[in-house]
Amino acid sequence: MEKELNGKAFVFSKNIDTDQIYPGRYLAETLPENIGRHAMKGADQEFIRQVQPGDIIVAGTNFGCGSSREHAAIALKASGISVVLAESFGRIFYRNGINLGLPLIVVPGITAQVETGHQLSVIVETGWIVNQTTGKQIKGDQISEYMFTILDGGGIKNLIHKQYQ
Amino acid sequence: MHALEKILAKAADKGIVEAGEIVNCKVDMAGINDLYLQTLHSFYEMGGEKVFSPEKTIVFLDHYAPASAIDQAGNQKKFREFCWSQGIKKLMDINQGVCHQIMADKGYSKPGQLIVITDSHTTTHGAFGAFSTGVGATDLAIILRTGSLWFRVPKIIRIHLTGRPPKGVFAKDIILHIIGELGADFAVYKGIEFTGPVLQMLTVSERMALCNMTTEMGAKASYIQPDEVTRKFLGDKGVCDYQIFETDTNYRYDEVLTFETTHLMPQLAIPHSVDNVAPLSEHVGQPIDQAFLGTCTGGRVQDLSVAAQILKGRRIDPRCRLVVVPASKQVLLEAIEKGYIHTLVKAGATMVTPGCSACLGTHEGIISKGEVCIASSSRNFPGRMGHVKGEIFLASPASVAASALNARITDPSQYLD
Ligand code: SF4
Repeated sequence: MEKELNGKAFVFSKNIDTDQIYPGRYLAETLPENIGRHAMKGADQEFIRQVQPGDIIVAGTNFGCGSSREHAAIALKASGISVVLAESFGRIFYRNGINLGLPLIVVPGITAQVETGHQLSVIVETGWIVNQTTGKQIKGDQISEYMFTILDGGGIKNLIHKQYQ
Repeated sequence: MHALEKILAKAADKGIVEAGEIVNCKVDMAGINDLYLQTLHSFYEMGGEKVFSPEKTIVFLDHYAPASAIDQAGNQKKFREFCWSQGIKKLMDINQGVCHQIMADKGYSKPGQLIVITDSHTTTHGAFGAFSTGVGATDLAIILRTGSLWFRVPKIIRIHLTGRPPKGVFAKDIILHIIGELGADFAVYKGIEFTGPVLQMLTVSERMALCNMTTEMGAKASYIQPDEVTRKFLGDKGVCDYQIFETDTNYRYDEVLTFETTHLMPQLAIPHSVDNVAPLSEHVGQPIDQAFLGTCTGGRVQDLSVAAQILKGRRIDPRCRLVVVPASKQVLLEAIEKGYIHTLVKAGATMVTPGCSACLGTHEGIISKGEVCIASSSRNFPGRMGHVKGEIFLASPASVAASALNARITDPSQYLD
């Protein structure tokens, strides 16, 4: 995983559920590249046309609440999103994202400090963020050691594979 | 320790666990739904060959029962082949119903168990005194590969229910009211225990509805202390091999909240979030295009029974459809034997296959742009039941049935004895 992630922000409100991140009607898809094409479709139809590799999602509380579908985390990762910064996360989405190696950082109050299109730099290990557009620094919660080990190992599948070989 | 902590401690082979700690636990029952073929992909990507414990694995072909698209059929085929080749005997095919109801019907949900299913509403089995929680595909694959999974021990909130709910008010109204008061993110990462005199008045079916909906507050698990009602339910199924854990008297809850139910009225969750709750009376007369009765939240025998009581000898308003989906094969059989299905179909209901059906907007009753549905299910997110510009009101099964009679949102109390 890169030490510092850079990208432009897409800002969403609170309670963005997994039906909005990845609508139920596409759940029979199994290939990440196909899944990625439907990212955020339930919340913003334009997102998938605008997102660039490395971009960052910023959201209010309870991002990823609702259904357990791992498709939601797979879709964001496959669409190029490098990290999600939210005021809090739905718990199953949080596990899914970390397991896949998609960094998720809890950042209290972030939606008041970032607008869509702002350029952000994020240090995942410490939770420090710089809004390059406004010049302000923002502090996110530090990710736990256990979660960081999973992210740093490229996701839990790699770790389990090695451990049980 | 709390009873939920004791269940995790036993599964982790530890004497004591405490909130916040990460523990690796042996899982008693691991369930996979047909939505998540990713589980099998992740299993193989982790070098999996043989499933750690075929006896503790259960596969449900419920969300797409029966398949209505070629890719759904393909995924179900792969699941069947996986079960056959791995010696997984608990393959619940498309004739069985929704996972959570099957678990209850077959006596797999029992006190003291650690149950993990690839479905967010797995909190349902707290109604039996189990620690039960939903996970994603890769987490479940880890259980297939290793038999265990990591958990962070949650803090527990206690919700104490007092009073006596009046006629027309059901467990679904109580839990909608609580979610409306507390919010969709109130219990993220935490467990919720229900206590209080109201529980003695609730059947296993209603307790399941309460625990099922704790997911809509973000809860990781729920809990009701097993009692005579639980023991009798399990005893009738011949299930007696379980261990009941009890919370220590000195356990400190994260929070204790009391809800009085005597003056509660029927409730509604308004589009488009489950915590946007109002008394149903504020929306009486709102026209509806569909009434949806069913799912793991509100499709049990008791739910069909109250709907049949309301619809007996009456006909639904032809300006709306009433889609009925019994939660499981066993529910369907019992409802046939008791005559409820006859009553509902005569009243104008459309019956669909036991399973998830339109609940998640994939088939069997999805709604169009601009249509309004009143549903006994658990979620009203934008697009959940079809078009993102469709509207879903969540209510009790009784309110759903009464509303179908008038093609308008209706208080059920007037139709109940
Ligand atoms: S009935 Fe609805 S809530 Fe229940 S498992 Fe199926 S899709 Fe999920």
